Amino acid sequence: MADEPRNRRIMATAPPEDVIISVRDVVKSFTNSDGESFRVLDGVSVDIVRGETLVVMGGSGCGKSTLLNCLIGELPIDRGHVRYRTKEMKHAVDIAGMDDRALNAVRKRFGILFQSGALFNSLTVAENVALPLREHSYVDASVIDIVVTLKLQQVKMLPHRDKLPSQLSGGQKKRAGLARATALDPEILFYDEPSAGLDPVTSAAIDDLMMDLSKKLHVTSVVVTHEMDSAFRIADRMVMLDKGRVLRTGTRADFESLRDKPVESLTHEDDRLMHQFLNGATSGPLTDAEGTSEFENQLMIHG
Amino acid sequence: MSGSPDGSDAPASPGRPVRLIESAGHATYGVIGAVGRLVRQLGGMGYLLFDTAACVFRGLVLRTDKFGWSALAAQMVRVGVKSIPIIVLVQVFIGIILALQMAPTLESYGQIGTVANIVAIAMFRELGPLISAIVLSGFAGASIAAEIGAMVESEEIKALRAHALNPIRFLIMPRILATVIMLTGLAVIADVVGTLGGYLAGCGVLDISSNVYIENTRIAVTHKDFFTGLVKAGVFGMLISLIACYEGIHVTGGAVGVGRATTATVVRSIVALIATDCLFTVFFYLYGV
Repeated sequence: MADEPRNRRIMATAPPEDVIISVRDVVKSFTNSDGESFRVLDGVSVDIVRGETLVVMGGSGCGKSTLLNCLIGELPIDRGHVRYRTKEMKHAVDIAGMDDRALNAVRKRFGILFQSGALFNSLTVAENVALPLREHSYVDASVIDIVVTLKLQQVKMLPHRDKLPSQLSGGQKKRAGLARATALDPEILFYDEPSAGLDPVTSAAIDDLMMDLSKKLHVTSVVVTHEMDSAFRIADRMVMLDKGRVLRTGTRADFESLRDKPVESLTHEDDRLMHQFLNGATSGPLTDAEGTSEFENQLMIHG
Repeated sequence: MSGSPDGSDAPASPGRPVRLIESAGHATYGVIGAVGRLVRQLGGMGYLLFDTAACVFRGLVLRTDKFGWSALAAQMVRVGVKSIPIIVLVQVFIGIILALQMAPTLESYGQIGTVANIVAIAMFRELGPLISAIVLSGFAGASIAAEIGAMVESEEIKALRAHALNPIRFLIMPRILATVIMLTGLAVIADVVGTLGGYLAGCGVLDISSNVYIENTRIAVTHKDFFTGLVKAGVFGMLISLIACYEGIHVTGGAVGVGRATTATVVRSIVALIATDCLFTVFFYLYGV
């Protein structure tokens, strides 16, 4: 009962027609080779509002990448709903249990920037960007070339259009991946760890680019990251996951205020946990929860 | 039962019958696991084949999807055209070896001229398609598995799906079709070149006259021999590409996984090729084909 007001904060306060993705009570488990089942998402619910940038954050193994994979239809969910309502849809559609053909119609409305860029290595940068256009439209090659030029210009990758992915740096791969993700003018952009493996300057440049695209293209952005600097730079709202459940959803200001509070003033365990994560502190509930391993205990007992 | 004979608390080691039962249990468990994996692989390959056929149908008959002629052409060059030199080289050697290995026995019966008949029939019915397929499993099968495996690891397959592009149509279908078409073509080249190898050995080393060798070859080989060889080659091509694609898309564990898939592709392809060839031979023998 004590957690009821906290759970209420999970839902966005926006009217239903403004909610572009509605995630309700999503459960996802995996089974290992020994037949043991692990619940990675445990009843996750969150609303993503049209035009906002939502940052999903949490420590390693908290389920944020699994959530992203469930949102893009890459992983089937065990229970719950993932409903999309893009501009051309009169009603929200649930992608849970959808067949590939119907799912592909939804997928054409979003773009994804993968952690590694995931560019097709046998194609040049321009061919990578052209691929979705070539496959999902019957427009002339010269028109596709113009669109590719525009998309590459947007991410400042035009001078590299004829290079192969193996000739690009990490930041350039992300830019090219972003150009490909925006090729079909998506309504939603998903980012999987956009800053991973980048130096701080390049990381900040990618953040600026994301914000710029978000503003110019009026897209909804869902960013999965554990880079706090980046998260606080780009987020409108934030979601904190831990052990497959949503700890809190709130505005960037909410999380900034929590981050800046003295830890002694926090009475709730979840708040202390989030405080530790947001500040990158080495001690706190996150690290205490991991505890000492059985091996360490044995060492202490037996000297 | 309560302790060891020396009175210590250490548990007593199980007796011989118990160990035998345990070993039998482990062995049975291992066999069931292996059979399960085989059934899963065959099911997965069947699923790939069905999906590929569906893509071909949608692309060529219904025309609801693009077919991807350029991808098919690229794979045909990669799988087929580039493997011509090695197939030619291997088949010439096989033709020479076959002719010279049979020569002493046939000579003792005064039938040295029939070297041509045997080489031709062996090449057209058996060695042309089989040796080409074995070479191709190492040349193209391994590279298909490695390429698709690397694409899985670098999230390229995931990216295809995320862009509403069907990986079966993009990656699997061109590779399977290209391998089937090109191995059938390569079998024709292998038949001719292998027979030529036999001719070189027969005329150059065994002193069979050129006219006799050519005439014996012409008499020995029938249309049936030629076409059964082509059917085999087509099926072999399908097997190699299906195994390679299956192994490739199931890669896990980074570079080690890619290496494992490559090795598994070559080993499983060779076993599958020889087993299928055996089935063909039994079938053709029983039905007089």
